[in-house]
Amino acid sequence: MIEGKLKELQDKIIEMAFLVQSMIEKSIKGLMEKDKNLLLEVIEKEEKKVNDMEIEIDDMVTKFIALYHPEATYLRTSLMILKINNDLERMGDEAVNISESALFLIERPPVKPLIDIPRMAEITIQMLKDSITSFIEGKPELAKEVCIRDDIVDSLRDQIHRELLTYMMQDPSTIERAFHLIRIARSLERIADLSTNLCEDVIFIVKGKVIKHHKEDI
Amino acid sequence: MKKQIQKRIIKDKLFKIVIILLSFLSTFPLFFILFYLIKNGVFSLNFEFLINLPKPVGEKGGGIANAIVGTFILIIISSFLSIPIGICVGIYLSENKDKNLSKVINYFVDILQGIPSIVLGIIAYLWIVRPMRHFSALSGGVALAIMMLPVIIKSTEETLNLIPQSLKEAAFSLGAPYYKTILSIVLPAGISGITTGILISISRIAGETAPLLFTAFGNPYMNLNIFKPIESLPHLIYNYAKSPYPEWHQKAWAASFILILIVFTLNFISKLVVKRWKVRF
Amino acid sequence: MESEILRIENLNAYYFENHVLKDINLKIPKNKVTAIMGPSGCGKTTLIRCINRLHELSPGARVIGKVFLHNENIYEMEAMMVRKKIGMVFQKPNPFPTMSIYDNVLSGYHLNGIKLSKSEKDRIVEETLRKVGLWDEVKDSLHRKGTFLSGGQQQRLCIARAIALSPEILLMDEPTSALDPISAAKIEELILNLKENYTVVIVTHNLQQAARISDYTAFLFMGELVEFDKTEKIFTVPSDPRTENYLLGKFG
Repeated sequence: MIEGKLKELQDKIIEMAFLVQSMIEKSIKGLMEKDKNLLLEVIEKEEKKVNDMEIEIDDMVTKFIALYHPEATYLRTSLMILKINNDLERMGDEAVNISESALFLIERPPVKPLIDIPRMAEITIQMLKDSITSFIEGKPELAKEVCIRDDIVDSLRDQIHRELLTYMMQDPSTIERAFHLIRIARSLERIADLSTNLCEDVIFIVKGKVIKHHKEDI
Repeated sequence: MKKQIQKRIIKDKLFKIVIILLSFLSTFPLFFILFYLIKNGVFSLNFEFLINLPKPVGEKGGGIANAIVGTFILIIISSFLSIPIGICVGIYLSENKDKNLSKVINYFVDILQGIPSIVLGIIAYLWIVRPMRHFSALSGGVALAIMMLPVIIKSTEETLNLIPQSLKEAAFSLGAPYYKTILSIVLPAGISGITTGILISISRIAGETAPLLFTAFGNPYMNLNIFKPIESLPHLIYNYAKSPYPEWHQKAWAASFILILIVFTLNFISKLVVKRWKVRF
Repeated sequence: MESEILRIENLNAYYFENHVLKDINLKIPKNKVTAIMGPSGCGKTTLIRCINRLHELSPGARVIGKVFLHNENIYEMEAMMVRKKIGMVFQKPNPFPTMSIYDNVLSGYHLNGIKLSKSEKDRIVEETLRKVGLWDEVKDSLHRKGTFLSGGQQQRLCIARAIALSPEILLMDEPTSALDPISAAKIEELILNLKENYTVVIVTHNLQQAARISDYTAFLFMGELVEFDKTEKIFTVPSDPRTENYLLGKFG
């Protein structure tokens, strides 16, 4: 009984995770290939889907806890699903931000060839994929390893900032476009951060240990 | 403090010893009876004794066949009369505990239980012997039946009271009518207690003499006709015991032994019945 | 709402002068599990005993009101007919002690004087015992007395006995409270399977059990029906403050 209901919850949150993942992939692809339709799809269709799913999952978890009084692993799983739900929705929001900025940028000449942003996107998307995998397969070691990669993403963002700053100082007409590029970098960095949250939640489910705020203990 | 505890321990031990002693003492009469029966009766026992009819004084041999058969016939008659009525009354009392009629019946059953057996014999004499104008096994059976009734009624009532209400409710909730519930579920569940009550009442009346004095009356011959007088073991024992003939005294001992054997057998059977048929809820 | 199978209208029940059930109006949905919960003495057992007309057998019992099975008022039908269509399972398992397992399952037919051929009997016994998950455990000892089974098995036997008559509704009065947790869990699984073919109404004082297995829940308090709704709603957002207090454990 209870296992069946929990599996329903897990399947639903995994569905949402894949949806968010595809939103991010599409927004980056739309930026790189200058595909307006792809970006509009993210903004107009997929965001609504993600928001509806968030409400649905919240409701499912509430009912699950009320009716089945889960303990131990089941309790941790259901509570973490609530948090993951939240974080996934935020990631969806960031993907929309990326798409909006991408829409602005593809209509105008590029400031510079895009190298670092796609690199950052690749790492970030891989981080999200791996954190979903660690949830599905219950692999805390994978989760731990993903958290470490966050530093790389952070330093990439800083690098993009510095580079764009020099462009802006040399040529003020690039400021508006640079601003959107920075926004995209910031969104990617936020997504990477939220993925590490996911990983911390997975570690809590499997091991019952809280590793937030002290990464050194990993 | 230690002295106090010592005193208590001693009192405790004393108490236990007294109880054990008194329990032993209470079995003495039984052992005495058995001892005398066996000592005096067993040697007159042989196959002819059980098969033959009594012979007049002075003649050798003779047996108690008519008394044994008579006792059995009386048991059959009185059971036939008392068991159906007794069980039905017992069922009524158990099912209708708070009706006024039940209270009245209970009261009367208690009184009946206390009536001396000779009085019951006189009543049977008035009811049956007088109108029929002669003694009969039937009248003896009636007197004994009245004696059996209170025991059967009480044991049936008490056995059925022990059956949990939920059993009846389970039957009702399957759509069973009342009579089916009682006959198919309740009675079978109480069969061991009811049968025990019947066997106890039989072993009680098997040894009764007084009610048979003016009813069954006694008969030196074998008789299978219930409308004629009939011999019975206790009656024969009484007659032989008060006679002046030593051979008859011997026979009385032997007959007593047989009677005790019958009673013991009935008791033994009733214990077996309880063991085999006892129903767990 | 789902199709209703039982409609209780203005039901009032009394024990001598005690007004035990006050104006109950309730619609029981078909092929679902409906739980009836409430503190001790709230009238929940009386309520189901009114549904199979067992209540009227108690001394001093009186019933006013109507209970419609499909569209017939059961109080205008033969009581014994009603009880064939509405079966009951009790708190303490009570298989008939003088009957074998085989005969216990068929006891409904026997007690109603319905004759069956041997092959029909065998079929009913096997089918019913399979439905309650007892067949594999007892198929080699069908002629042993029912009382030799464990508590959980006895209760499943009682359920088999009740469903052998193919009732439309199965009433259960705290069926697991006399059992150990493992047997109780098995019976809960069984109840979830039963609702495919039967409508189940279960009285329970165990909130968690009501939450786990029922689709609809009725909350009774001091003889009144306080709230009746889908279980997931009652346990998350109850409408009545009395229901909320009960769920929070503030009384009974």
